[in-house]
Amino acid sequence: MLNYIFIIISAAVLIAVIRMLKGPTPADRIVSLDTVTTIISSLLVVLALFFKNHIYLDISFVFAALSFTGVIVIARYLEGRG
Amino acid sequence: MIIINTLGYILIFLGTLFLFLGALGLLRMPDVYNRLQAGTKATTLGALSTIIGVGMVETDWFLKTLIIAIFILMTNPIGSHAIARAARLSRIAVDKITAQDKYQENYLNKKGSDQNASNF
Repeated sequence: MLNYIFIIISAAVLIAVIRMLKGPTPADRIVSLDTVTTIISSLLVVLALFFKNHIYLDISFVFAALSFTGVIVIARYLEGRG
Repeated sequence: MIIINTLGYILIFLGTLFLFLGALGLLRMPDVYNRLQAGTKATTLGALSTIIGVGMVETDWFLKTLIIAIFILMTNPIGSHAIARAARLSRIAVDKITAQDKYQENYLNKKGSDQNASNF
């Protein structure tokens, strides 16, 4: 049951990474980065269910917080005003 | 108890489907702003559904998964708004299909060419 879910999530990450490689502007790449980090943050929660280990929930929370900070920092950098 | 378990697995599957559709919309849309719609809204719903579903399968973890879900629900629109503002301020053009651009008319063309960024 969970194997198919992992296959679908991996396909989603792959498609988003294709947009990150193709994207014509830097904003496309940031959008793709935001999408990939959200998808992987929910993949870590499913991994906690797969391994029956609740430490992955903490990893998912910290990953979501750090990816939010990274996206905000890159977006502020792209504005060009610091 | 078995009903809540099955409902949790159904929520996980639906959320995974929404995550895949969001990534597919990221590949298919014509413009940065349309990609932002697809890649943020659908992904937020999918992540929320998946995380709540895991919390319903393993009932002991429900509080922690609820905290993660509320955190993603709060921070994902902020990131989306910051990306859209940065894309518009760095003069990325709107695609011809979605040609209405009130932001350009009202704010960016009001006075001068380069000092107008300090308006907002």
